[in-house]
Amino acid sequence: MKHLLSIEQLSREEIEAILDRAESFAEVGRRDIKKVPTLRGRTVVSLFYESSTRTSSSFDLAAKRLSADLVSVKAAGSSVEKGESLKDTVATLSAYDPAAIVIRHPYAGAAQMVAGWTTAAVVNAGDGKHEHPSQALLDVYTLRRRLGSLEGIRIWIVGDVLHSRVARSNLIAFAKMGAEVTVCGPPTLIPRGIEELGCDVSYSLDGIEEAEVVYALRMQKERMSESFVPSLREYAANFQIDSRRLNPRQLLMHPGPVNRGVELSGEAIDSPQSLITEQVAAGLVVRMAILYELLAGGDASTPAAEGEGSRPTPIGTSA
Amino acid sequence: MSAEREMLTTSLRDQLDVRQGEDAYLVLRRATVLDPVAGIDSVHDVVVRDGKIAALASPGEADADGAEVIEAEGLHAFPAFFDPHVHLRTPGHEHKEDVETGTRAAAAGGYCGILAMANTQPPVSTAADVSALREQARAGASVPVGFLATVSKDMQGTELTEMVELREAGAVGFSDDGLPITDAGLMRRALQYQRLCGGNIALHEEDPRLSGEGAMHEGPVSAVLGVAGIPSVSESTMVARDAALAGYENARIHVQHLSAAESVEIVRAAKAAGVQISAEASPHHLCLTDEEVRSLDPHRFKMNPPLREERDRQALIEGLRDGTVECIATDHAPHQPEEKDVPFEQAAMGVTGLETAFAALHTELVLAGVIDLGLLVERMGGGAEPFDLPRPTLAPGSEANVVLCDLGAEWTVGEDGYESRSANSWCAGRTLTGRVLVTVAAGQVAFRLRSFSLGVAA
Repeated sequence: MKHLLSIEQLSREEIEAILDRAESFAEVGRRDIKKVPTLRGRTVVSLFYESSTRTSSSFDLAAKRLSADLVSVKAAGSSVEKGESLKDTVATLSAYDPAAIVIRHPYAGAAQMVAGWTTAAVVNAGDGKHEHPSQALLDVYTLRRRLGSLEGIRIWIVGDVLHSRVARSNLIAFAKMGAEVTVCGPPTLIPRGIEELGCDVSYSLDGIEEAEVVYALRMQKERMSESFVPSLREYAANFQIDSRRLNPRQLLMHPGPVNRGVELSGEAIDSPQSLITEQVAAGLVVRMAILYELLAGGDASTPAAEGEGSRPTPIGTSA
Repeated sequence: MSAEREMLTTSLRDQLDVRQGEDAYLVLRRATVLDPVAGIDSVHDVVVRDGKIAALASPGEADADGAEVIEAEGLHAFPAFFDPHVHLRTPGHEHKEDVETGTRAAAAGGYCGILAMANTQPPVSTAADVSALREQARAGASVPVGFLATVSKDMQGTELTEMVELREAGAVGFSDDGLPITDAGLMRRALQYQRLCGGNIALHEEDPRLSGEGAMHEGPVSAVLGVAGIPSVSESTMVARDAALAGYENARIHVQHLSAAESVEIVRAAKAAGVQISAEASPHHLCLTDEEVRSLDPHRFKMNPPLREERDRQALIEGLRDGTVECIATDHAPHQPEEKDVPFEQAAMGVTGLETAFAALHTELVLAGVIDLGLLVERMGGGAEPFDLPRPTLAPGSEANVVLCDLGAEWTVGEDGYESRSANSWCAGRTLTGRVLVTVAAGQVAFRLRSFSLGVAA
């Protein structure tokens, strides 16, 4: 695997290999010294054209935990504001000879284009409304830890599917892992033709009790002004996941950041069924595994073993 | 100006503008001559002299004294093509194309005449704009060019241009192409004014509220890609509106770049009801579907209207067959790399098409057995009549507009560069079968393929 551009490109085996790798990094994370030397001397560029907390901080920390040198570029405050094109920015950053470029961009296909302009491995950290493969991987990882397997598991993805790259990537990933997926939301927020991805469509929460997992999506406020929904209040009345609609054996997920009181009620977020903080924790180890697979993959030694080996001379003291 | 439609005159040179050079004296020896409209399908020596098809002589028998002789045995001579939809990007975007490069591209594609759209910078909205462009064409156009003027002032969609003066200055017709005329009231007035000034009105049919931020066809592929979609109904509802208005005003409209099955059906029904409506389809809509967009390659596959589904493509082909779509128009839309080397949704809309239209359609439709060669030739020349211009023909005595093709020649698009100033061809990298060797436009040799060696004077 040269790049991680989409979930669509991955086979089930490749997904499982990344998740297995992430498990071994979880083990490293329980040690005092959480760093391994795998990427020492190599450079990771993280290039974010959209605001992000979770994805950018976890990719950055993942690169550091693997001992890479990290260059983080945010569009705000960079030459992007001066009108530099994506192609020129990538050429500039490629002059540092990075091993990997992690990119988030507001438009579909950006990561794929970048892959054509650089020799570095490219990681898609979200391209427009298209894909967000690392999110899907961490969500599958989180569920696999809880459930063992996704085979035959019924998952409902609820909310603004139309504008959600998370919905697209997760739907593909869940289906590849054997789950049965239903997307649910108001008709204005379900893209025409989404069934093509192998899911069922529901325009109401009726029937959600069949799901083992409820995955709520973020509802963006501007959708209201564009008349995708008449009001957030009415949306919440029909589609909010709250403790009344959630039964005790169901698991609840959300990619964050959450609009409390819109797509989820506060009590649902804080309930023991909620995996939201586990998802964030999974984000770090899964992103370490992604960088590892791309940059050190094919190497037979496990990172854990490598970590053991380097223990006598631990590198640095950073955590 | 008379309220009647102008009489068709017999030559493109009289009605359009072209650089005046020397009239060709050519003999295409033993060419396979095919002009389905004139009912010609046989081997002849085609004699081009004094701006006309001087004769279609028996093979090997034309007197070639003083003529340049081209040994054309096994090659095909067709009436040269006419494209009613080209963007020459002049004035304002000469870095993408200008009158000289755009007409060279047309000549290389076998065209003997084109119509240039008015969505330039500034748009062609005044008589002075039209006059200046005509002057440029007389100075540097390889093939006859006609210029359309905008329907609304500066394409603002609010006020009519001075349509009578524009026609007197030589505007062939009107179009706000690039943008739809969203205001039905303005559209109606333009149709009413047509009674006074003549000139067809060519329409880019799209409802901007239905298109929204769309960058491709709305359907399963856009759902998968997460790219906002332009639904078919964005086009078809506007075609229906304008067909109704044209019928009501007994006016004439030409629907540009038809892309959706629903639109074809509406045009068909309007024609059956007696509405004066003509329609064009582009080579890319006839050859490709939105499946191509899975690649997210904006260079070749981003345009407006977008590539649609197989059912739409089939409907366009059926429209070609039954005459609902009377002509093929390239919507040749040059863009520079910096406008295309960006993510799909950000990229400029449009692809070039003049140099590849015939070869692409010959390869994808004729050789694939979808339509026959005669129908392709007929539709490639069908763009003149909707604008009151003479259809190119090989009938003896008519203006010499001839394209000589080698239908067996394979070539890879782009490997020798382009005559156009821009390289955003939807065919880039494709291997096509069928190549234009020589184009004669308005009696002059407008193009010769460099690698095609010419015969010596007999």
